[in-house]
Amino acid sequence: MMKSGSNLEKILRAGHFAFTGELGPPRGAHAEEVRKKAAHLKGRVDAVNITDNQTAVVRMASWAASLILIQEGIEPNYQMVCRDRNRLAMQADILGAAALGIRNMLCLSGDHCLFGDHPTAKGVFDLDSIQLIRMVKQLRDEGKFQSGADVDGRPAIFIGAASNPFADPFEWRVQRLAKKVEAGVDFIQTQCIYNMAKFREFIRLANEEGLTEKVFILAGITPMKSLGMAKYMKTKVPGMDVPDEIISRLQGVPRDKQAEEGIRIALEQIAELKEMKGVHGVHLMAIEWEHRVPEIAERAGMLPRPVVG
Amino acid sequence: MIVAKRKPFDEILRMIESHRKVLVAGCGTCVAVCLAGGEKEVAVLAAEIDMARRLKHEPIELGQTTLERQCDREYLAQLDGRAEAYEAIVSLACGVGIQFLAERFPKIPVYPGVDTCGLAVNQDVGWYEERCRSCGRCVLDRTAGICPVTLCAKGLYNGPCGGTNRGSCEIDPEQPCAWYAIHERLKGQGRLDCIRAITPAQEWRDTVPRTLIQPGYRKPEKAKA
Repeated sequence: MMKSGSNLEKILRAGHFAFTGELGPPRGAHAEEVRKKAAHLKGRVDAVNITDNQTAVVRMASWAASLILIQEGIEPNYQMVCRDRNRLAMQADILGAAALGIRNMLCLSGDHCLFGDHPTAKGVFDLDSIQLIRMVKQLRDEGKFQSGADVDGRPAIFIGAASNPFADPFEWRVQRLAKKVEAGVDFIQTQCIYNMAKFREFIRLANEEGLTEKVFILAGITPMKSLGMAKYMKTKVPGMDVPDEIISRLQGVPRDKQAEEGIRIALEQIAELKEMKGVHGVHLMAIEWEHRVPEIAERAGMLPRPVVG
Repeated sequence: MIVAKRKPFDEILRMIESHRKVLVAGCGTCVAVCLAGGEKEVAVLAAEIDMARRLKHEPIELGQTTLERQCDREYLAQLDGRAEAYEAIVSLACGVGIQFLAERFPKIPVYPGVDTCGLAVNQDVGWYEERCRSCGRCVLDRTAGICPVTLCAKGLYNGPCGGTNRGSCEIDPEQPCAWYAIHERLKGQGRLDCIRAITPAQEWRDTVPRTLIQPGYRKPEKAKA
């Protein structure tokens, strides 16, 4: 049964292999910057995640950049973190977003303030991501605020969340996914995958638990732009699992061919993910690399994107 | 116990720069145990202030006292008739003691000599680790005796988040991930079911000033000045 009528939901329910992109809003008030990045993604993906103060750095509001995308004829996936707002602000933003045509939402805990540009800010975390999922579902399906009071005009939102198959403890990651499913999530976008062996195992367990029949899973892919990026991801980014073979593949080519090698690795991953039972699409996080998305989409055989009425 | 850390000396000096007769008041309980505000620390601070003011050619007259507890009226009463002789008091008690002292002597400015840093365990000599935020809704029964409100940097009730890094928190490799530890201990006890169900949104109780009256007791009368 259709819950939001979003393009992403229609694509997934029709059984197509979904393809989503990502766009980080600018550190300023220039709408043009959002439009410029978005132009690369238009027609190449089914929806575009708009990050919410990612890595705890202040940027243009996620809902605002989402609206700019709607103006450009692109469907946004509005990200919301628990770090920056309490349940009143969250519900107000969700109602406003739905009123203005936002139909997808990704519910996240959010990186700690210590990572960002205001490290001494107070993190809110009135709710955690699982409680946020439940709150959105309650607003949409029961027409009730978190407090239990009636909502007049339910927000039609396709509810997303993240999953990191690579963070410890591994055995709990499928259980945590199960908790998100129980909370009412419709689709999952995973953390960037580099360790395919571990991801296969994660999906096998999720299949075994019957979770992949209850929730759409979009596998996260971020092409490595350089050897330096791969080393940074391996050693500096918490919860990231970059196997040595990725490093050695990038080391094995000249510096000016590393980006191409990174794209090749991503294309091989996408090819395998398309055939993987329990995986319903790919979420391409081409970080500050939006202009390479058309090429990656083309070479991955993702174009043209299906149109579902 | 409650732990505290002495404020930077310059900050204390600035608070009392206009005063010429100040009492330094320690507390003999928690802050004495954590080496921040007991008799010894009172003596050290008084000596430092005395020297700094002499160097500035602005001498100050200092009194020293350390009460058994500043959070208890019975001990504060020992200062009745003595405190009034001072222009100001620097208290080295925790935030609770400082306030009760200020309430007892409302005409005298009372300044904090310490920053109160939480409810902590004594991990080693001079080393204290916070364990409780006194949220008023204890969940330790389900979290293997490890507090996620205090020890998870995001205070998550349904952890661990995606930032768990080989058992450490994303904020610092030296900071253990509370939810990793909760999982490991519950697993060892065969009690993982405790965290399989969703913990619903917290009904916060620490958003207003709280008064605790144990059953069978009445609210204490206001202190007689």
